[in-house]
Amino acid sequence: MVGNDDFRIAMDLNLSRAELAFRDEVRAWLSANLPAELKDKVVRYQALGKDELRRWHRILAAKGWVAPSWPREWGGNDWSIVQRYLFEEECGYAGAPQLPPFGLAMCAAVLVRFGTPAQQQRFLPRIYQGDDFWCQGYSEPGSGSDLASLRTSAVLRGDHYVVNGQKTWTTLAHISDWIFCLVRTGGDAQAKKQEGISFLLIDMKTPGITVRPLVLMDGGREVNEVFFDDVAVPADQVVHEEGRGWTVAKFLLGHERLNTARIGISKRELEGLKAFAARSREGGRPLIDDPRFRDRLSRLEIELMALTMTNLRFIDRFRGGAAPGAEVSMLKIKGTEIQQGLTELMMQAAGPLAQRIERYEGMDDDDLLIASLAPRYCNYRKTTIYAGSNEIQRNIIAKQVLGL
Amino acid sequence: MNFDRTEEAQQLAASIARFVERDYDFDTRRKIVGSPEGFSRDKWKTMAELGLAGLCLPVEHGGFGGGAVDAMPVMEAIGEALIVEPYIATVGLGAQLVARGGTATQKDRILPEVAAGDLTLAFAHTEADARYELTHVATIANRRGAGFVLDGEKRVVVHGEHADLLIVSARTAGSVGDREGLSLFLVDRDAPGVVVHGYRTLDGMRAADIVFSGVEVGDDAMIGDADRALPLIEAVVDFATALICAEAVGAIRYANDATLEYMKTRQQFGVPIGSFQALQHRMVDLFIEYEQVQSMASLACAGVDTEGDAEARKRVVSAAKVRVADACRRVSQESVQLHGGMGMTEELKVSHTFRRLTTIAQQFGDADYHLKRLAGQAAADS
Repeated sequence: MVGNDDFRIAMDLNLSRAELAFRDEVRAWLSANLPAELKDKVVRYQALGKDELRRWHRILAAKGWVAPSWPREWGGNDWSIVQRYLFEEECGYAGAPQLPPFGLAMCAAVLVRFGTPAQQQRFLPRIYQGDDFWCQGYSEPGSGSDLASLRTSAVLRGDHYVVNGQKTWTTLAHISDWIFCLVRTGGDAQAKKQEGISFLLIDMKTPGITVRPLVLMDGGREVNEVFFDDVAVPADQVVHEEGRGWTVAKFLLGHERLNTARIGISKRELEGLKAFAARSREGGRPLIDDPRFRDRLSRLEIELMALTMTNLRFIDRFRGGAAPGAEVSMLKIKGTEIQQGLTELMMQAAGPLAQRIERYEGMDDDDLLIASLAPRYCNYRKTTIYAGSNEIQRNIIAKQVLGL
Repeated sequence: MNFDRTEEAQQLAASIARFVERDYDFDTRRKIVGSPEGFSRDKWKTMAELGLAGLCLPVEHGGFGGGAVDAMPVMEAIGEALIVEPYIATVGLGAQLVARGGTATQKDRILPEVAAGDLTLAFAHTEADARYELTHVATIANRRGAGFVLDGEKRVVVHGEHADLLIVSARTAGSVGDREGLSLFLVDRDAPGVVVHGYRTLDGMRAADIVFSGVEVGDDAMIGDADRALPLIEAVVDFATALICAEAVGAIRYANDATLEYMKTRQQFGVPIGSFQALQHRMVDLFIEYEQVQSMASLACAGVDTEGDAEARKRVVSAAKVRVADACRRVSQESVQLHGGMGMTEELKVSHTFRRLTTIAQQFGDADYHLKRLAGQAAADS
């Protein structure tokens, strides 16, 4: 068939000239504007505090790049899906802090689609400017993968709801100003459980809210339990209509999440791993020269190459505006497996030194880095559990794609 | 062929089980880990009184003359209860080096005290660029007068911060990486020139980086023959490796039991999650891992006890460690995943078992290191 144009596939793996120019613009801007202290913390696997996240948020907001996917009237950029992907990839690769998605990506998308003009005017500008941090009140102790069985109740009394119950695994609740919650305003946690769920916005300063940390095995503070004890929430803070919260939740699940694979971050970490393995010695020889280690590294790199192409193919598929479906699940599964593989190989590269998880005076740069590796390996076990466990993602593909 | 445990072994297992039940529940362990020393001298003394510290020491020095096979029930209990007292450091490594290589005077001085639970030891061997390569020792012992002067740095010396006595490997001849030229020395942790940086390790134990600067020791501090310590070090590290394979059996048993229980009780979509076939098959694979690890731990322990030939001993120990390391990784990761978010929490014991299993997978050589040692032998055989 060589030479027969009829059978040639019109495949072009290259970005267009305009897309390349955009990528270069983003890359140049990041190298000039990403503060070295923040980048240093990110690439050395150290946790960032609220002030540091807000600092980066406001730098992006000042540039007009903090919420590219929003409608233009609220500060969005009208970027194509390819541009949005390139922007995320460049930010991840450069070592920019990852901004929490709960306000910028999630609550905002819900407000744009379902919010009243008054709700949009009240919340969107503050999210854009980084004035309010948001968290997500979905999971409950008895409702993880089976989210619709949630029991936190909201009862309408006059012009406000009275909320009682408990949320758990609430990421960043301890530094958040607001929480969006799925609550039960009717129906039954057992039968027809999707009915009677409402989407409620709650000020974290409201009396009756208690936040308690859940300490994870790496010792870090990121997730919490949030308790609601007769918490009064103005009725105009329900989004969409009462009882239609499940529609909102489903919209959010299907909302564009084509960055879920975190390609840019993984590319940077793979390069970091190679450099670290070149510096590490095994019996005095560079670890990178050990064929067994090299093979592990190469396999991970190949997985990442495959996922990068898969991600681009999916993006190409949605250029026309079609809604992503189970593709997002696949990106989440493979992306998190690669992220975990990277943390595991970094820890393996450190060898016996990886056991040292505390620092002391006089350590060199690599020793300081090594102290983060095992805790990070532990912490990253969460990636295959959170945001819809990988088991749930496989269920979605089985049902929606394969029809099983 | 007989895989049954002897009556003595069963009694030993029962008495350790009573000790764990009475003295070492998970809350107690949590308090011990959080204490400044990171282990309890009281618990250590109690373990010694049960005969655990002397189990693998010679009868003529206060021990019971047992081997790795005899220690299996002890190690399994340590793995199951995540006991952080320095059993491997003191009994598996330190006392073995003295018992196998020490002079009569050294044995008389040290071993009865170890058996009584009054003396703990640590083996300071690993260095910065060694990874798991036992020959990679740059620390130097120069002869001076009737003794030696030690200079060098050791890393991740388990229990090195609080051990009463250190056993330090150093070069008396040759250069880094040579098989010849290594010697072993007894060094007081408080001796002038010894600087200890202690820290918590991933598995909740404590270790130390230790700097030796012009540390003087007498001739009587040397364990075994000058320049020829490597075979002794290799044999003892293999012994300790076999012991942690047995420890993995207990840790995996706990992880699997906890995960199975969770699958039977955790309800989602109105049914226990254990009713989902996709999860059932994963649980079955973990159960198979457990059986395979038991087999390989037995092989390794019997191997270090009976194999006179060093090459044959290395072969079984490396084979076991590869298999055990792979199982540790799989079981630890799956037990957390199947527990969901709860498995990630400090509160649940399974996250602590996850960490110990992760450590065991790497301790004394990860799967790649032992695969290489095994493959190197296969190449030499052909």
